[in-house]
Amino acid sequence: MGKTTAEKIFETHMVEKPAEDINVISLDMVFGHEVTTPPAILDLQEKGLDKVFDPNKIKLVIDHVTPAKDTQTAIQHKILRDWAKKHGIKDFFDVGRNGVCHAIFPEKGFVRPGYTIIMGDSHTCTHGAFGAFAAGVGTTDLEGGMLKGVCAFKDPKTIKIEVNGKLPKGVYSKDVILAVIKELGVNGATDKVIEFTGDTIRAMSMEARMTLTNMAIEAGGTSGIIYPDEITVDYLWDFIKDEYKTKEAALNDFKKWWSDPDAVYDKVIKIDAATLEPMITFGYKPDQVKKVKELEGSPVNQVYIGSCTNGRIEDLRIVAEMVKGKKIHPDVRVILSPATPKIFQQALKEGIIDILMDAEITVTNPTCGACLGMSNGILAPGEVAVTTTNRNFNGRMGKGGMVHLASPATAAAVALTGKITDPRAFL
Amino acid sequence: MSQIGGKVFFLDRNDINTDEIIPAKYLTEVEKKVMAPFLMEDLKMEGFDPKSPQLKTSKVLITRSNFGCGSSREHAVWVFTENGYQVIIAESYARIFKQNSYNNGLLVIELDKKTIDRLFEIGKKDENMEVFADIDSEKMEVKSKIDSFSLNFTISPFYKSVVKEGGWISYADKTY
Repeated sequence: MGKTTAEKIFETHMVEKPAEDINVISLDMVFGHEVTTPPAILDLQEKGLDKVFDPNKIKLVIDHVTPAKDTQTAIQHKILRDWAKKHGIKDFFDVGRNGVCHAIFPEKGFVRPGYTIIMGDSHTCTHGAFGAFAAGVGTTDLEGGMLKGVCAFKDPKTIKIEVNGKLPKGVYSKDVILAVIKELGVNGATDKVIEFTGDTIRAMSMEARMTLTNMAIEAGGTSGIIYPDEITVDYLWDFIKDEYKTKEAALNDFKKWWSDPDAVYDKVIKIDAATLEPMITFGYKPDQVKKVKELEGSPVNQVYIGSCTNGRIEDLRIVAEMVKGKKIHPDVRVILSPATPKIFQQALKEGIIDILMDAEITVTNPTCGACLGMSNGILAPGEVAVTTTNRNFNGRMGKGGMVHLASPATAAAVALTGKITDPRAFL
Repeated sequence: MSQIGGKVFFLDRNDINTDEIIPAKYLTEVEKKVMAPFLMEDLKMEGFDPKSPQLKTSKVLITRSNFGCGSSREHAVWVFTENGYQVIIAESYARIFKQNSYNNGLLVIELDKKTIDRLFEIGKKDENMEVFADIDSEKMEVKSKIDSFSLNFTISPFYKSVVKEGGWISYADKTY
C-alpha cells in the first residue's frame, strides 16, 4: 500500500506512538509570534523549565501588532525579545525587520520539503505549500515544541483536491480555495491534511500556492500540502544551492516526498478550473461562498489588501495593474499592507507603491493587524469590508463589522467602485 | 473515582469559533486570569446573554458540532478554565481547540447528535440540570428533575495519561 506525503513525513519523524492513532513526531522548525508565544515563555519560566531544544530551529517574529500600540503590546514584544536573546535565538525578527509570519519565514528559506513545522498560529498550514507538514497549535503545544522539539498528532488522513485546466481570466488561487472550502464545509477536513494536486496547481507560483494552503484550516484541515517541484526548487535555490549541486538533483531528492500513486485517500475531489469564477464570502463562516456576480452592487466601506493569505508581491502587482492611473471610489477607504519588508521594497522598485498612493490607497507597514481586528484598520459597528484575508467571523475586524473575503483582483475592483464588483469588468 | 462537573450551560449552535469565545482585542494580555470577565463577550446568538449569571456559575458546557474552530488561541480554553469550567460536551471539536483542552486538563467529551439532542431537551425543562464526569471510568452522570441516568464516553488512553500527568508539558518533559 502506497503512502501519502503526510504519511511519509510522519514515518521519517516518528518518535513514539503512545496510542493506536496518536503520533508524537520530531519537529524541524518551531515558529512563534508575540501573541501566543509569551504565555508559553512565562509558563516555562514558572515551571522552572526555561530551556529550548535547539535555538537554531526556533524562529520568532513580531507581527500581530507592530509597532507596539500600547503598554500591553509593548510588554508582549519585550518578553519575546528578551527571551530570544537569553536563549541565543538569532532568527528573531523585531520591529523594522519583521513581516507577517507565514510570508516572512518562507522568504527566509526556513521551510523545506519534508519538514515538520508547528507554530502557535492556525494559519501555519500555509507552509505545506513547500511539501512540508505544517500545523497550527495552541500555546501549550508550542511550549512543548520549544522545550522538547516534539508534538502529538493523530494519524494524518488526507483529502486530495485535484484541480485541472486553465484558470479563466480574473480567477485566481484565492477563488479556487474559496470554492474548495464551500465544497468541504468549515469542518470537512477536521483532523485531516488537504493535498492540492493537478496541472492547475503545478502551473501556480509559490505565492499562489501559499494562498491555497493558507486556508486549509478554514475547512478544519491540519496542514495543506503541495508536492515540491521545479517551481519550489527555483524559489528555494539560493538557500539550497550548497546542499545540492544542481536544480535537477534537488528536484530528484524532493520527489521522494510525493504521494505514491497507490496512496490511500480519505476523499478525492476533482475540480475543473475552467468552470470557476471570481468568488466571495457572504456570511460569517468561510464556507458561505458565492460568485462575486451574485453579490454585485452591495455597498462597501473599507477594502483591506494584505495578510498571510494575499499580501505577497504577486497580489500587489494585480492590484496596481487595476488601479493604475485611477482614483479609488470616494465612498471607500483602502488599506494595503505588504506582508514583508522585502515585498514592500520590491513594490517600491517596481513603482507599485507610487501607483497605489496616486490612487489614494493607504499603504501601511507589514503587519497582521487589521485581519483580526487588533490594529491598523478596525471597522466601526455596521461597516462592511471586502478583504483579501482568510476569516469572515462575526466581529473579526471589529465588533459589529462585516467581512467579505475575496481575491486581490476583486478587492481592487471594489476599491474602484465602492461596491461589490466582479473584477473581470476591469481586466 | 473522582468526579468533575456541576451545573450546565447550553450553547445551541454549530461552529462557534475562538474569536467568539474570546475576541482578539484581549489577546494582548499575557496573564490568563485577566481575560476571565470577557468570556464570549461578542457572541451573537438568539437567547444568549454574556452577562447571564449562569454562564459564570456553570461547570459544564454543552454545545453542538465543530466547537472552537478558527484561530489557534489557547486563550479560548483558558477563558473557560479561568471561569471554573471543567467539562465540555459536544458533537465534535476543531482539532486545535480539542488538543488545547487536553493540554490544560479541560475534559472535552464527544457524544453523538441524538444524545446531545436529548441533553438539550432536558436542559430546556430543568435549568438546574447537572452533569458529573469521571475520566477513569469514562462514565458521566446526568442529574435533573426530569430524568437521571448515566452515559459512557471514550477518551484516548494517550490523552488520559496527559490529563493525569497534569498536562502536556509535564508529560513531555518526563517522557522525551
